[in-house]
Amino acid sequence: MTERNIVPTDRPPSEPARLVRDFTPELIDVGTHHLCPGCGEPVAMRAAVEAIEELGVTQRTIGVFGIGCYTAFSNNLDVEVLQALHGRAPSLATGVKRAKPDAFVFTVQGDGDMVNEGLQEVIHAAARGENVTCLMLNNGVFGETGGHMTATTVIGQRTKNSLEGRNAEAHGHPILLANLIAQLDGSAYVARGAVNTAHNVALTKQMVTAAFEAQIAGRGFSFVEILTMCPTGWFVETAEAPEYLGENLAAVHKAGVLKDLTRTG
Amino acid sequence: MTTRLLEGSEAIAEAMIAAGCRFFAGYPMTPFTEVLEHMARRLPEVGGVCMNAESELEAVGMAWGAAATGTPSATGSTGQGLSLMQESLAEITLARVPLVVFNMARAQGDYFQATRGGGHGDYRHIVLAPMDVPEAVELTQLAFFLAATWRNPVLVFGDYYLAHTTGSVDVSRVSYGPLPPMDWALDGSSGGSRGAKILSPLGTHKRRDGQGYNLADHYRFCAEETARMAAEVDPLVEVADTGDAEVVAVAFGTPGKYVRAAVRAMRADGLKIGYVRPITLWPFPSAAVASACGSAKAVAVYENNQGQMIEDVRLAVLGRAPVRFIGGLSLDSAGFGIAPDLDVGVIRERLERVLEEVR
Repeated sequence: MTERNIVPTDRPPSEPARLVRDFTPELIDVGTHHLCPGCGEPVAMRAAVEAIEELGVTQRTIGVFGIGCYTAFSNNLDVEVLQALHGRAPSLATGVKRAKPDAFVFTVQGDGDMVNEGLQEVIHAAARGENVTCLMLNNGVFGETGGHMTATTVIGQRTKNSLEGRNAEAHGHPILLANLIAQLDGSAYVARGAVNTAHNVALTKQMVTAAFEAQIAGRGFSFVEILTMCPTGWFVETAEAPEYLGENLAAVHKAGVLKDLTRTG
Repeated sequence: MTTRLLEGSEAIAEAMIAAGCRFFAGYPMTPFTEVLEHMARRLPEVGGVCMNAESELEAVGMAWGAAATGTPSATGSTGQGLSLMQESLAEITLARVPLVVFNMARAQGDYFQATRGGGHGDYRHIVLAPMDVPEAVELTQLAFFLAATWRNPVLVFGDYYLAHTTGSVDVSRVSYGPLPPMDWALDGSSGGSRGAKILSPLGTHKRRDGQGYNLADHYRFCAEETARMAAEVDPLVEVADTGDAEVVAVAFGTPGKYVRAAVRAMRADGLKIGYVRPITLWPFPSAAVASACGSAKAVAVYENNQGQMIEDVRLAVLGRAPVRFIGGLSLDSAGFGIAPDLDVGVIRERLERVLEEVR
């Protein structure tokens, strides 16, 4: 698309309109992505890269990416990236951090990647107190395949392979991962945020920043689960997705700081 | 030169350290376990890290992560554990990350896993098969050199005997020459440069055209690099007494040593028999095998499996001589590959039978 300098008529010519790139964090290298309209993942990624910039760790950051829609951002961000397999980012992050303790290491995985395919990886990384930060973008579906049930899909949620809605008898119960991680010795900071409202985006940014700070201070494992919209995978109108998130996902996967040992001793 | 009396596993660990390996991750499994034990003890002493991974999947992941930082790294298991690692090993190859992998196998049933790629997709690993502890020390160091040179995993294929035989070895650092620069290694420092590095099975660099990854481009590039590696890696092979041989015996790894002893004894008795031992299993030393078997009336392949390398021998010999299988599974009750048939007398008997057939 050709970039056009459109100046709104309610501003004097001496104040040219601000363009998308004026709002884009430095570390988002390529502004265009191919994720669906209304997707929450770019919002979550933006919070992460803003925090990296603000904490001044850009030149020692290595991001380890899982496989999902968000993998697109391994190409778009101006931080070093190690691409992992589906489910395996925490073990790669462990190898990176142990080999290069000065590096700032974060992972990005979805709920399918982290909770379905690679659950034991994140559990063990947390229990080891691995000094890395894992981010989990939780939309309750396999978004990249078109909206299939994951281990975090909430009871009643319709997906392409639970058309009548997830029911506990047939499909079991969702795993509330952040709550599980919070119980493990070794995890220093555990929180669950959401990006469905401006307020929640701001809170999530604070959580991501706190998690990153925990790593920088060498406190051990830090984890932020971020509830993200997936209107395509939820089969809801784009504009309705934030509300759907609040009423469904967030009703079960409750947002909040679940553990914070960084303020004590 | 200092020789020390070391068990194979310890010798391999010392050879890794001599080669510069500073990261190792593994999960216990017989007969690989002692390699892990020695690395867990020794690596911290030289400023390295050994991780007792919670599974083989995590072991290979950790080694992948460490290797991505340019730290010479290794992992391993037995064939069973390597099965669990194959998904990662396939993708590590496409990400062009150098890694050394050990298979302290149970018998020789993992030849296909090693040489054909046990994982998905179109990739190859260099495979080295030592026959004894001194050769394992040498090939372990060569493995790190080849991995760094070709940015490709290299597999060292051993077995129970290799892991548990004690021998007198010199574990000094062997220099195989200069290595290419590791400008691909991650340390974070290229962040914010408008050209941050990426190490990925999806592509060699970030694309700034807004189009994302092009897997077709990347897979073609990897295929070209693999072809170059196949053409330029000089496969190691041991050849003896093949000039006038009526029968040439072929074996690899530990059984190679037994077959060689049988062939030497038969030669001493005036029998026209020769011996070829592929040391590099991929790329397979096809030219050397073909030339060694060129004038033979038959080729006899001994493996402690149902016959796997024999396919590569047949492809090398290309019908110039009949290729007979004289091996077969020979196992202890635990299946570790402690083989009653791995006996010079037994092998000699089978070779004599082939000799009689061709006369």
